[in-house]
Amino acid sequence: MSTQPTAPTGAEPTHFAFDAESEQQIAVILAKYPPERKASGVLPLLYVVQKQMGRQTGSAWIPRIAMDVVAERLEMAPIRVYEVATFYLMFNTKPIGRYHLQVCTTTSCWLRGSDDVTAACKKATGIKAFGETSTDGLFTLTEVECLGACANAPILQVDDDYYEDLDGPRTLELIEALKRGERPTPGPTIDRLNSAPAGGRRVLVDETAAKPQGQG
Amino acid sequence: MVKVTVDGIVVDVAPGSSALQACEAAGKEIPRFCYHERLSVAGNCRMCLVEVSGGRKPVASCGFPIANGMQIFTDTEVVRRARRAVMEFLLINHPLDCPICDQGGECDLQDQAFGYGADHSRYRENKRAVTDKYLGPLVKTVMTRCIQCTRCIRFSTEVAGVQELGGVSRGENLEITNYVEKALTSELSGNLIDICPVGALTSQPYAFSARPWELKRTDSIDVCDAVGTNIVMQARGASVLRIVPRINDEVNEEWLADKGRFVVDGFRRRRLDRPWVRVEGKLQPASWADAFSLIATRLKGVPGARIGAIAGDMCDAESLMALKDLMGMLGSPNIDCRQDGARYDTSRRDFYTFNTGIAGIDEADALLIVGSIPRQEAPVLNARIRRRFVDAGRGKFSIAMIGAPNADPTYTADVLGEGPDTLAKLAAGELPFAEVLANAKNPMIIVGHGALTRPDGQAIAKACWDLAVQAGAIRPDWHGFNVLHTAASRMAGLDLGLVPGPQGRDVAGMLKGGVDVLWLMGADEFAVHDIGPDTFVIYQGHHGDAGAARADVILPGVLYAEKPGTYTNTEGRVQRAFRAVMPPGDAREDWRILRAFSEVAGRKLPYDTIEALRTRMAQAHPAYGQAEHARPGAADTTAPQAGSVTVAATPFHPVIADYYLTHAVCRASPTMETCSGIYVRPATEAAE
Amino acid sequence: MLQDKDRIFTNLYGQGDWTLAGARARGDWDGTAEILARGRDAIIGEMKASGLRGRGGAGFPTGVKWSFMPRKNDGRPHYLVINGDESEPGTCKDREILRHDPHKLVESALIASFAMGAHAAYIYIRGEFYNEAMHLQHAIDEAYEAGLIGRNACGSGWDFDFYIHRGAGAYICGEETALLESLEGKKGQPRMKPPFPAAMGLYGCPTTVNNVESIAVSATILRRGAAWFAGLGRPNNAGSKLMAISGHVNTPCVFEEELGVPMREIIEKHGGGVRGGWDNLLAVIPGGCSVPMLPRDVCESVLMDYDSLRAEGSGLGTGCMIVMDKSTDIIAAIARFSKFFKHESCGQCTPCREGTGWMMRIMERMVEGRAEIEEIDMLEQVTRQVEGHTICALGDAAAWPIQGLIRRFRPVMEERIHAYKAAHGGGRPVQVPTGLVEAAE
Ligand SMILES: Cc1cc2nc3c(=O)[nH]c(=O)nc-3n(C[C@H](O)[C@H](O)[C@H](O)COP(=O)(O)O)c2cc1C
Ligand code: SF4
Ligand code: SF4
Ligand code: FES
Ligand code: FES
Repeated sequence: MSTQPTAPTGAEPTHFAFDAESEQQIAVILAKYPPERKASGVLPLLYVVQKQMGRQTGSAWIPRIAMDVVAERLEMAPIRVYEVATFYLMFNTKPIGRYHLQVCTTTSCWLRGSDDVTAACKKATGIKAFGETSTDGLFTLTEVECLGACANAPILQVDDDYYEDLDGPRTLELIEALKRGERPTPGPTIDRLNSAPAGGRRVLVDETAAKPQGQG
Repeated sequence: MVKVTVDGIVVDVAPGSSALQACEAAGKEIPRFCYHERLSVAGNCRMCLVEVSGGRKPVASCGFPIANGMQIFTDTEVVRRARRAVMEFLLINHPLDCPICDQGGECDLQDQAFGYGADHSRYRENKRAVTDKYLGPLVKTVMTRCIQCTRCIRFSTEVAGVQELGGVSRGENLEITNYVEKALTSELSGNLIDICPVGALTSQPYAFSARPWELKRTDSIDVCDAVGTNIVMQARGASVLRIVPRINDEVNEEWLADKGRFVVDGFRRRRLDRPWVRVEGKLQPASWADAFSLIATRLKGVPGARIGAIAGDMCDAESLMALKDLMGMLGSPNIDCRQDGARYDTSRRDFYTFNTGIAGIDEADALLIVGSIPRQEAPVLNARIRRRFVDAGRGKFSIAMIGAPNADPTYTADVLGEGPDTLAKLAAGELPFAEVLANAKNPMIIVGHGALTRPDGQAIAKACWDLAVQAGAIRPDWHGFNVLHTAASRMAGLDLGLVPGPQGRDVAGMLKGGVDVLWLMGADEFAVHDIGPDTFVIYQGHHGDAGAARADVILPGVLYAEKPGTYTNTEGRVQRAFRAVMPPGDAREDWRILRAFSEVAGRKLPYDTIEALRTRMAQAHPAYGQAEHARPGAADTTAPQAGSVTVAATPFHPVIADYYLTHAVCRASPTMETCSGIYVRPATEAAE
Repeated sequence: MLQDKDRIFTNLYGQGDWTLAGARARGDWDGTAEILARGRDAIIGEMKASGLRGRGGAGFPTGVKWSFMPRKNDGRPHYLVINGDESEPGTCKDREILRHDPHKLVESALIASFAMGAHAAYIYIRGEFYNEAMHLQHAIDEAYEAGLIGRNACGSGWDFDFYIHRGAGAYICGEETALLESLEGKKGQPRMKPPFPAAMGLYGCPTTVNNVESIAVSATILRRGAAWFAGLGRPNNAGSKLMAISGHVNTPCVFEEELGVPMREIIEKHGGGVRGGWDNLLAVIPGGCSVPMLPRDVCESVLMDYDSLRAEGSGLGTGCMIVMDKSTDIIAAIARFSKFFKHESCGQCTPCREGTGWMMRIMERMVEGRAEIEEIDMLEQVTRQVEGHTICALGDAAAWPIQGLIRRFRPVMEERIHAYKAAHGGGRPVQVPTGLVEAAE
């Protein structure tokens, strides 16, 4: 798991500044909150950092120096940003691979074979344990908790996208595709419309019912 | 008042109180770890659970607001079970290292485990280990002992006003840290040691020195600044091993500045523990009799006008009085307690006092700081300003500063300008802050020694006074003119008349051959090298520092820990300290040295006992005869004298260059030396 | 069972167009201004009459909650905060609203905010729902553009802004006060209550926190009338609700169903039956992992609603059930929840911070059987020591699944212990290493 209580060392860059694209996003973000409540922008700004790092270095993570930059921008004490960055698990406080493979292993996924998904991830990437990055730097494998898509279990989240209804072989295929630089369409990997039952919907079949329902 | 019942006892408590406060009012002891009355309520330790009428679950009494007619139960099976449960949880991951823990004997966890702990552990899993953190040279961490009560985070954020400590990660990985492995930048960091209920944060310099039950405790007063912080000296044998604050809500609440706490390892170093006399340019050990007779001989035939005395910053009022009287006997008008050359109109006490009072800050609604950096000059008082600032809320306690543009005061303060010309602009209503002052009910102006030590110091003081009058701050029920002193002895010195008499010379006047014989009592903070080459110098004091190095005769005096003494803080509060340890070697209490010498000199001081001396002090100034301190209102608004130098526009300069090295004792302290090396020198070098 | 004509979420599976045009075709944003014109009291009255209970887990009546907001404005702004954190294992219903029916939420948010005197609403969406948040943002942008929200929303004279705030991976931020802390830019650590959000919520202002579904159904309820909604379900358990089935059924899915329908029927109809047939059922966790599980015999007859499940010592929770067949290692299934709670504890209060880790470690041993029989009782005691002693309900939630396991499957746990002892040489106490480990994982 990616909790990291102490300050990271080693890969820390010595400088971080928002690029133009990030600045644009920040302007939109800060408009959402009352001006004296800038701190509300800390989660979104940390995302902005993480995305920018991903864009610029291929590793979407948040170096400490960037946390300081966020603190300054939001007029917060740096420690308050460190607290936040280490509390929320989607923030990577150390470098990760180009693709972030996040396997849900919580009960609903486990009941439907998340162990196979995990095994396939390890096999395809050569990663030995959760939290590690593949030697080619392409993949980091993380164990995550319920992704809120249990009716489509098991799930593998790759960066922002959910791949659903997986099994071992389909997981292997997915990772091979990623290696080839492809991004398969997210969603169910079996013949199924989103969270409708496999084999076709059992409700909302009455076409007239989908019409507007008036008052009374 | 609200009526609540605690275990059947009916008590009246103030509206807005917590259930815990109600329980205390009813005399019920509620165990707690995270709750601290001077910090915000966190409610996280869950040790204080009680039952309240109508509640499904026990509630955390520390954060539960009372309501009229509420019934609280502190001694039910549910409550007992809850306490035992919490205690067990706190202990499962706590190391069993009490025998080597510096908190041993004063650990809340240890105490409570006595009452609520089980006699054996059911926990069979691995215990958690947490890596220790670096917080600087003063606070040592053993983080495996931490119970995550967050008191330290709340203290540093709320009281010290430096947001550097936090809790990173979550769940059982929650760790207290500053994340960056840098020393905490607070002059109040030592209080973390007291605030931590367990042995996670302890004193680095004091580590493994002693167990609390071995220590003899003596009430004393801190003399490292002019706040008059109430302290306890804890000693074993002849050594004071540590200094901790004593609660005094009017003065320091329960805080102590780092210098006052950690200076202690300078107490036994570089001590003057026997008389010395200079023979052919070299200091030689001597007997008291030889030293005295040498001085007496040298004084023979020297007219009073050619004799002078300078009193240092840490002297007790008793020795100040005796020095003043001795100089009187010798016919000298040349006496001065103002090593820094500060200028005051001493004709009225409220011209040189922090009249609002430290506790009075809580009632103020606007503050102007002129030529002072309270954070360095009086850290505990500064914490009070900060607290007022935070409690008052946005815009209800506006603060402005003149001078010190780069200092972080720990609160928001508008810097209006850098020099005294800004005062004129304020008086003329040219700055928006003038309106703030005018509209405030209880405005305060603090004049610091960055202003008063300038040649135009008195004129600036007068301008501040005038501004205060203009703002309606000088009234019988409110005195908003405040002088913030930095020297612990200054108030007593001014009260007891240690300023040049008619035709008398001040410090500068006594230098460069201004006098033939110069008596230095603990005086090291002036231009010692400017003493005329032919001036005969007597140094009476406890540490071998600048003054002693220049002396022809050294008379070993004693430290504040080694004598009973009276100290008057910046608000004019007269406080007593007691003797914690015996002085080293031949050193003697200072007033007794002066008294003994007066006899040798044939001009005997008229008191043989400290009581008699104190009666003399009460004659010299009524404040020394009063049992209680009364906060002064303003009798009249007549301004102090402006002096002869008119206001110049030059910017104010800070009076403290290095917080950790302001006097001879801290210069002898390895801990203070380390702090200076970590906190001050890198910054100064960077600035250069 | 619910008929298609009574469904609120008519684009649940994204079979139609989820953008404004599609939403309008399905009847959203129809007469919104007229609904607002009824006034605050009428709207809240109608919501109360509908009998809608909060869909986030606790089941507090939504109309009543809205009425707690101060009637008079004391100068502080009011806020509606929508809870889209959806992180309770087993739960996956709000996601469908966000991605397939976002306009229902935007329209309802306007109405709810108006009814509570709020000019701004924030929705807190769990960070992992990135694409879902994008859909909702698109809907919000469309609504602004069409004048449906923003200044003079729908021409009603009411100004209304709607903002998305994304979480970043912390289940605890679903707890309403932790959510507010997080929205304020802090760690998601629950606050002590009182004060309650209606008095001191977001930025210290009066705030109502509601689940996505609780809000999203309100426009339809107000359009079709309280009586219509109250006519669905059972008394005190009114209306229809989004539910889901995951685990060992033939066709896991999300669906909308009437409250008060037998669980077995639901599993048969929507879930396509238990894998291997009903007799292969071991247990069902009816409403997200924090409610205790029910064994097959109870599942046989229990109805899916608040009161029926409570009567069985469990709860409706989020209405999203986890079905486990007989192949399930039930101890491991619950141990995985213990790991979840240990991982998601915010860490501020002692019983939860220390207790969740302790429970997890004992549970891990229970999975192997590497424990003493007496430790089952000790484990049960530890859950009682956590329960009811914490700042927020996560502590309770961590305790209940284990209590449910012990209550329903104690013999299985004992058997596991005996088996371990048999395999590891007799009756000696099992070895548990005690010593220090580094906290960092
Ligand atoms: C640990 C914990 C997690 C929770 N997670 C959620 C959640 O993800 N979504 C949600 O709507 N409510 C969640 N809740 C419940 C909320 O605190 C709150 O009761 C709910 O949002 C109120 O909405 P409702 O009245 O519409 O149900 C959670 C509660 C706890 C104690
Ligand atoms: S270090 Fe001490 S004061 Fe700070 S959280 Fe830990 S136990 Fe509490
Ligand atoms: S019960 Fe757990 S999650 Fe809730 S406040 Fe306490 S530590 Fe945090
Ligand atoms: S358990 Fe994996 S998505 Fe819910
Ligand atoms: S003292 Fe009340 S919870 Fe800690």
